[in-house]
Amino acid sequence: MDILRFATAGSVDDGKSTLIGRLLFDSKAIFEDQLEAVERTSRDRGTEYTDLSLLTDGLRAEREQGITIDVAYRYFATPRRKFIIADTPGHIQYTRNMVTGASTADLAIILIDARKGVLEQSRRHAFLTSLLRVPHLVLAVNKMDLVDYSEERFEEIREEFSAFASKLNVGDLTFIPISALNGDNVVSRSENMPWYLGTSLLHHLENVHIASDRNLTDVRFPVQYVIRPQRATDHAFHDYRGYAGQVAGGVLKPGDEVVHLPSGLTTRISSIDTYDGPVEEAFAPMSVTLRFEDDIDISRGDMIARPNNQPQAAQELEAMVCWMTDIRKLTPRSKLTIKHTTRTARALVRDLHYRLDVNTLHRDEEATSLSLNEIGRVSLRVTQPLFVDDYSRNRLTGGFILIDEATNSTVGAGMILDAS
Amino acid sequence: MLQRDYTTSQLDVLEAEAIHIMREVAAEFERPCLLFSGGKDSIVMLRIAEKAFWPAPIPFPLMHVDTGHNFDEVIEFRDRRSAELGARLIVASVQDSIDQGRVVEETGRRASRNRLQTTTLLDAIEEHAFDAVFGGARRDEEKARAKERVFSFRDEFGQWDPKNQRPELWNLYNARIRKGEHIRVFPLSNWTELDVWDYIRREGIEIPSIYFAHTRKVFERDGMLLPDADVVQRGDDEPLFEAVVRYRTVGDMTCTGAVQSTAATVEEIIEEIAATRITERGATRADDRSSEAAMEDRKREGYF
Ligand SMILES: Nc1nc2c(ncn2[C@@H]2O[C@H](COP(=O)(O)OP(=O)(O)O)[C@@H](O)[C@H]2O)c(=O)[nH]1
Repeated sequence: MDILRFATAGSVDDGKSTLIGRLLFDSKAIFEDQLEAVERTSRDRGTEYTDLSLLTDGLRAEREQGITIDVAYRYFATPRRKFIIADTPGHIQYTRNMVTGASTADLAIILIDARKGVLEQSRRHAFLTSLLRVPHLVLAVNKMDLVDYSEERFEEIREEFSAFASKLNVGDLTFIPISALNGDNVVSRSENMPWYLGTSLLHHLENVHIASDRNLTDVRFPVQYVIRPQRATDHAFHDYRGYAGQVAGGVLKPGDEVVHLPSGLTTRISSIDTYDGPVEEAFAPMSVTLRFEDDIDISRGDMIARPNNQPQAAQELEAMVCWMTDIRKLTPRSKLTIKHTTRTARALVRDLHYRLDVNTLHRDEEATSLSLNEIGRVSLRVTQPLFVDDYSRNRLTGGFILIDEATNSTVGAGMILDAS
Repeated sequence: MLQRDYTTSQLDVLEAEAIHIMREVAAEFERPCLLFSGGKDSIVMLRIAEKAFWPAPIPFPLMHVDTGHNFDEVIEFRDRRSAELGARLIVASVQDSIDQGRVVEETGRRASRNRLQTTTLLDAIEEHAFDAVFGGARRDEEKARAKERVFSFRDEFGQWDPKNQRPELWNLYNARIRKGEHIRVFPLSNWTELDVWDYIRREGIEIPSIYFAHTRKVFERDGMLLPDADVVQRGDDEPLFEAVVRYRTVGDMTCTGAVQSTAATVEEIIEEIAATRITERGATRADDRSSEAAMEDRKREGYF
């Protein structure tokens, strides 16, 4: 059994909470006491049916306003897979949440109300999915029961959305007509839509192939922590020196020749250690400890790669940045802290090339700043080299966060372009 | 050549993620500590810590907030396990907080020290100047937890502000804080109750005996089975009886209910959980039942 992480997005009232509630309910991830609490609340509010959407409304502020305001994570499992849902709200002002949820997602589900069709928000959600390079996208056309399960309506929406998606970097796109409320095509194929020949949503989630979405080609091992036991009593480990980290790309094996960055020195991997014993290979997302044949001065923030396949050592970065705060704006000359893999440095915004209208994809080159939930292309200068790849090639070595030095808040998320 | 399938199992993914989180904390903070209660989640967290730094010892102390109302079996386990690891164990005592007048003991039948723990915990964090505190909470436990970050920022009053959380992207965690503030770190955020049990089985991890079925004198209150113990105030209308029970969570004796069960092995527990239709908190924790928003309120104040 493996894990699929997916994000959900939709405009308010498209049925996102109902869909998640149904997936949890039908996969028995909802417990009696949770259901009772929801039934009680539904009754108190005078709703005649059990409102499954209440299951996913976490915080008091949200319950009071009746809307979802922050990313929430939900869990369910079927015999085939464990699922982690990043439930991200669809309001205009919450681009930030969707970007956050999509950053780790293998797949995104965008909901559309079959009556309303492709809205401005749907386009924004699709764009963000492609910007964050979520490998798989599902367009779930919901409330099919309200359009008489019409194939024609479904096809209209499919065509309109496909036309828009062709302008984006959407890897794998699947359309599924559903009724979250009635359960049509959610867990099993619906008899109400015999014209639909695809699989149910859950079947798709269980079977979509994700193992090869990871970068297994370019060896990237950001050094996270140096392990030196130095226990005088334990002589076996007295001289032990291992470099711990989580593999970000490629496949590492003992005996492989590797290069250390920034020094450029080469050596070979002598052992890949774990608490459970040495392993014969390591790949993402494994957390392991490497030892090398030669004594090289290696510390946190350094990178291990292959001599003939190295990341770019860059102090000048080109990136798309999503701005995530209203405490300040991003402007040329802004100084920020940047965290990329295990390396932290300072960054200066040298230029804002344009601000992107996430609905029309129009580039506003007159823009002089980015505000909360705005996305733009920037040039950064960094105080020390970062070992980067194009975000489109590797999400882990191509993504970074920006931190405000006055408040320590995370204020931006960046995706590196043109690293090579 | 046949392409190898690099699928990684769910427990391996969760373990790798938790190890990454622990190493991030050890690298970026000066004074972390790990909350160790002797409960199953903190036991799993401790195993992850052993793995993350092996062959070096765990580079931070353990801390337990002891209400004085814990089960003897759990306290014994806590002390033994810390000693085996050669770890430094700090015990922060709620009784001390009461004796020092920092908090006032509740009275009456339903008196519980649950809420008092928050003050003891925050005082201890301040006294030891901890800047990162590992907790074993999982997002699947409770609705308010579903939105909590892995690195959860606390201000100088130890408070959590759910509306003002730092966005968390990829595997990049923001460890920046000012003096007096701290970060609660939850390496098991993405684990479910079943994952925890599967992991305990896979790793062959020892857990306190009260998790397994045993015979105990109990009485019923609000549909929960509470134990017969000095610290639990029982009314005349609450008769004692013997039952075969086990605990799904270990908290205070005053507010942790047992469930009737004959599950005597980890395998049997897993089977039982896979079939149970009641969440572990709902079944066994009076502290979460007081109101729908109970957990959120306590978390804002700085609870675990
Ligand atoms: N008829 C019909 N109503 C639906 C369907 N899915 C959701 N709804 C209703 O649409 C409304 C909004 O749904 P909700 O899940 O709260 O939307 P959210 O804002 O996207 O989370 C609720 O009244 C739901 O009962 C569906 O497939 N068919």
